[in-house]
Amino acid sequence: MKPVDAKIVEIVEESPSIRTFRFDVSFDDALPGQFVMVWVRGVDEVPMGSSYLNGITVQKVGDATSKLFDMKVGDSVGLRGPFGKGFTLPKKDEHILIIAGGVGAAPLGPLADYASECGAKVTTILGSRECYELVFEDRFSSAGELHITTDDGSAGTCGFVTTVLADMDVSVYDRICVCGPEIMMANVMKVLQEKDALDRSEFSMHRYFKCAIGVCGACCMDPQGLRVCKDGPVLNGSLLIDSELGDHKRNSSSQRVRV
Amino acid sequence: MVTITGINFKNPTMLASGIMGTTGASLLRIAECGAGGVVTKSIGPEPKAGHPNPSMIKLECGFLNAMGLPNPSYNEFDNEIKLARSGTDVPVIASIFGGNAEDFVKVAEGLADSEPAAFELNVSCPHAEGYGATIGTDTCMVESITAAVCDAVDVPVWVKLTPNVTDIKAIGKAAQDGGADAVVAINTLRGMAIDINSGYPILGNRFGGLSGSAVKPVAIKCVYDLYEALAIPVIGVGGVSTWEDAVEMMMAGASGVQIGSAVHESVDIFSDIASGIELFLQDKGYSAVEDIIGLSHKVI
Ligand SMILES: Cc1cc2nc3c(=O)[nH]c(=O)nc-3n(C[C@H](O)[C@H](O)[C@H](O)COP(=O)(O)OP(=O)(O)OC[C@H]3O[C@@H](n4cnc5c(N)ncnc54)[C@H](O)[C@@H]3O)c2cc1C
Ligand SMILES: Cc1cc2nc3c(=O)[nH]c(=O)nc-3n(C[C@H](O)[C@H](O)[C@H](O)COP(=O)(O)O)c2cc1C
Ligand code: FES
Repeated sequence: MKPVDAKIVEIVEESPSIRTFRFDVSFDDALPGQFVMVWVRGVDEVPMGSSYLNGITVQKVGDATSKLFDMKVGDSVGLRGPFGKGFTLPKKDEHILIIAGGVGAAPLGPLADYASECGAKVTTILGSRECYELVFEDRFSSAGELHITTDDGSAGTCGFVTTVLADMDVSVYDRICVCGPEIMMANVMKVLQEKDALDRSEFSMHRYFKCAIGVCGACCMDPQGLRVCKDGPVLNGSLLIDSELGDHKRNSSSQRVRV
Repeated sequence: MVTITGINFKNPTMLASGIMGTTGASLLRIAECGAGGVVTKSIGPEPKAGHPNPSMIKLECGFLNAMGLPNPSYNEFDNEIKLARSGTDVPVIASIFGGNAEDFVKVAEGLADSEPAAFELNVSCPHAEGYGATIGTDTCMVESITAAVCDAVDVPVWVKLTPNVTDIKAIGKAAQDGGADAVVAINTLRGMAIDINSGYPILGNRFGGLSGSAVKPVAIKCVYDLYEALAIPVIGVGGVSTWEDAVEMMMAGASGVQIGSAVHESVDIFSDIASGIELFLQDKGYSAVEDIIGLSHKVI
């Protein structure tokens, strides 16, 4: 598909460095955990999780995201998607645990909405460095029980998401859905492995995307050659045992770099 | 089984260069999916990030891409080839590119210790400034680069051709004169798409190369012409997504068939196509794949 023209209709400041952009175009078939390619014309095209059917939630980090932050309501971008494989959809009476770190909350917001709408129980651990960087606090708390952690202790438990997770009995959860910075996900994976819950866990991975449609191979992970853009971005934890998660990834030249 | 340039392939399907070929792990995955051979991403003398995104889009008729030859350079890539080779018996062919004969030789020599089964020279990328097709449209350059690499390595050398020329046979002959063991045709056709909402060309590089179903008739004709003009084998690539396409390509003259864009649909395409060819041969009472290679030249 060619990019569709999407006009910004609303901009919400989630934190000083994170904004949600809502568009006049809605991807009604987007499933929680799928992503769109956001084309900032003349700059770059980058992957963003769908945080709403018609929205993305973006952290400002470089060229494309900075240009996006300069945009106003009425400006437009090109969108392609939804792409990739999302989270397993929760069913009525299931109980899921959501673990979100920083802007990793973006693809988990719609999962929490979906779960509570279909009658599944939701517990969330939401972490960030400081209290004002917490994303979708209200959204997660209206879906169910919410545990907050901050690195500096400015809200909730002082520490990391794993501080709370370590003390939890995870046997009650049908699934554990995780997205956040790579080191956080690697640490969560270790804890879940110790608790023997890896096969019930799903991680939303990040790798450098070029084609985004499963052809070029830029996003392939070692050692199975899984394409994050097509086989993922959501991958079952059991697929990540002894993988490159938390160790290395490829940059835009496909060179191995440490994470 | 089919033997091309002295290399045995368990079936005539191969992964085309630039598709899931930037890591040893992904090459291995495709080998495990049933490909008869795998060709790596084109590797050059220096690490290269490629063109900005969008670098590939799907159109109704096929795909447009302008990756810009992103690659980690031969220095880092020899480990990926070693990794792929250590995990499979499927032949791993190293695709390489450069700006001149010295570059090509440097990359080929740099990768030689990883022992690829053959080298495929990419003189045909339509959208990388100073590389690929800017060389591949010049018969003298093609001949001298082919000769230089053939001199430097002791495995077969294949030359991948661009269809963006007036006469592909002349370029094929230049490769053959330079000592190529086979030619591979075709690379992508120059193409472009524009976003009518803004007027912006969609690809980050503005233009790129067309692949997929749309290019199949062009590839068939190129393979047909090359088969007639050359004494060396022709490997067909362009728009193959079913076993029928592969059989058609072989009847035009292809000894083997590479598959690129169709991996988008499924990575299982190699075993699907290989078994489709096998069943077709049985149904029609052919004794071996060789019976259909170039058949359309023989029947008339
Ligand atoms: C499946 C997926 C979903 C994502 N969802 C979100 C989200 O919901 N919200 C959010 O804020 N961020 C998300 N990201 C990360 C986001 O894509 C990058 O932050 C963005 O590409 C940065 O672009 P830039 O031009 O501003 O930065 P640059 O200056 O270009 O680069 C900064 C860093 O961003 C990353 N990056 C740049 N280009 C790409 C690319 N093409 N593919 C992947 N990473 C890239 C690299 O790590 C790079 O080092 C997601 C990434 C992936 C793979
Ligand atoms: C994303 C992409 C990247 C490619 N990269 C290369 C490359 O690095 N070297 C090369 O020789 N051909 C490259 N090609 C061309 C393919 O190998 C093939 O010749 C062409 O796509 C036609 O085959 P198809 O229709 O089966 O895709 C690339 C094609 C695509 C779609
Ligand atoms: S980005 Fe091209 S295969 Fe994933």
